Amino acid sequence: MIAVRDLTFAYPHGGFALNIPTLSVDKGERVGVIGPSGTGKTTLLNLVAGLVQANTGQVTVAGHDLSALDEASRRRFRATRVGFIFQNFALVDYLTAFENTLYPYRVGLGLRLTPEVRDRAQALAEACGVAHRLKSHPGALSGGEQQRVAICRALVTQPQLILADEATGNLDPETKEAILDLLFARASEMGATVLAVTHDHDLLPRFDRVIDFANLRQPA
Amino acid sequence: MNALFLALAHLRWTWARSLVLIIVGALILSVPMVTQVLLRGSEQALTQRAEATPLVLGARGSQLDLVMGAVYFSEDRTLPITRAAEDDVWDSGLALPIPLHTAFQTNGARIVGTSLDYFDFRGLTIAEGRQVALLGEAVLGAQVADRLGLGPGDTVVSAPENLFDLDGVYPLELQITGVLAATGTPDDEAVFTDVKTSWVIAGIGHGHEDVVTADAEGNITANAAITQFQRITPDNIDSFHFHGSASDYPLSAVLVVPYDTRSGTILRGRYLDPENPVQMTVPAEIVAGLVDRIFRIATLLDTVTLVIGIAALGAIALSLFLAWSLRASEIETAKRLGAGRFVIVQLAVAEIALLLTLSAGLAAALVIAVTRNGDQLVAWILAL
Repeated sequence: MIAVRDLTFAYPHGGFALNIPTLSVDKGERVGVIGPSGTGKTTLLNLVAGLVQANTGQVTVAGHDLSALDEASRRRFRATRVGFIFQNFALVDYLTAFENTLYPYRVGLGLRLTPEVRDRAQALAEACGVAHRLKSHPGALSGGEQQRVAICRALVTQPQLILADEATGNLDPETKEAILDLLFARASEMGATVLAVTHDHDLLPRFDRVIDFANLRQPA
Repeated sequence: MNALFLALAHLRWTWARSLVLIIVGALILSVPMVTQVLLRGSEQALTQRAEATPLVLGARGSQLDLVMGAVYFSEDRTLPITRAAEDDVWDSGLALPIPLHTAFQTNGARIVGTSLDYFDFRGLTIAEGRQVALLGEAVLGAQVADRLGLGPGDTVVSAPENLFDLDGVYPLELQITGVLAATGTPDDEAVFTDVKTSWVIAGIGHGHEDVVTADAEGNITANAAITQFQRITPDNIDSFHFHGSASDYPLSAVLVVPYDTRSGTILRGRYLDPENPVQMTVPAEIVAGLVDRIFRIATLLDTVTLVIGIAALGAIALSLFLAWSLRASEIETAKRLGAGRFVIVQLAVAEIALLLTLSAGLAAALVIAVTRNGDQLVAWILAL
């Protein structure tokens, strides 16, 4: 699913550099990424999502060489193939939970909102236990409910890859486990690969594999 | 459609801000048009009524105040003249004088004390009830009747000039006998009564209990506490009387309707002496000068409106920019979910387009409302 070779990346303003000789993640694999802050975990997610481009090397996701794609194609790839879950939920405050679930179809390149998509969103909400809160705005939801809605939003496009950046970072221990179980269960149903950055070592046993950035990253 | 959906959802979520922006936008768009409509309407109304009023006789002073008071029933700012001035016109045999006493108000409407000739002169007809016939009766202009919800059989009370002046004008209850048909002129905003009733309000005429009474045995008593009537009824109307010389009774102005052009010219010549405390004006000439000045001021007003409009647009743009800054996290999320720059631009354009559309709609409604009620608004403005 993900293949990284001889990757180097540095932000234009300097102060940070990433160097990954090789990394591969199989289809359907659930991989946790750990490591000290500032080592480039989130940057790796951005590279894999095509949000930023490697200076050298190759990043291939689901058969797409991201360095070979133009900006519009990378956006289309991101909208159709990748689902995002963020630590701060990143829900849109003026939309209801249901409309937040459908948000990728409102803004994503190459996505079209159809009745089938709405049905899928409804089914996901039921599976994620937030069907009764679909008319509520994010401000009226608990942290756990907001993250469940965010998971629905990440899965509604039926992505091949789910990128989670500290997805359980703002949740209490019980909710963390429930959210991770939910994410893995739904991803498994879809056959999606999960690449999740986390600082929570208690959750690591739940992943198929853990990449420790302290070992992976080499100083540039 | 997605951009419109999101823009609409955002505008609804921030409804207070959206409402302010829409109202400000509507005002920027509509004020110049509304001003034009009202100015054109005022010009037309002022000119028509002035041209329909040949001459006005009044106290020497501001000719504009005299014309505005006598023709449009604006605030009574001129000194009163005496009834003798009216008599002089009668005696000349050159014109029909129509007395006007406009010193008092009731419920925000001017009380116009005049003669029945006024109604014929202005072509005013009774739409409901009957014309005034007795002391203490009044007919209402159409707008006043509509605003106050009054009609024949009801009463209005003249406003006292000073509540604390024991020697001042006391309120008099006026019996409404009729309502005039609407004309779209200041007559709609006035309450008409006989000029003698105005003099009663002014305290020149009054009715009260007998000062001296005699009992069955012929004992005569002089009553020190006389009750003055504040309502004229069939029972007390005979007790009403006037003090002083009738030729000294006050009038705000006299409308002068010459029998022909020559008579008018002769009459005007008689009032040219600057020492004469009474002057005669031609409303059409005064109003022509006023309209000219109004349109010069309107040009200045247009400039001021333009400057204010630009400043308001700047404030709206700043507000939108700040709102957009507050949505930075949403934009970042949208980009991560695959939104292109074009989508972000679409979101901004859709929101601005919706605001503009709603503002334009509200502005159009305002302009239509003002245009449809232009006559009434102009009559109200002229009566201020």
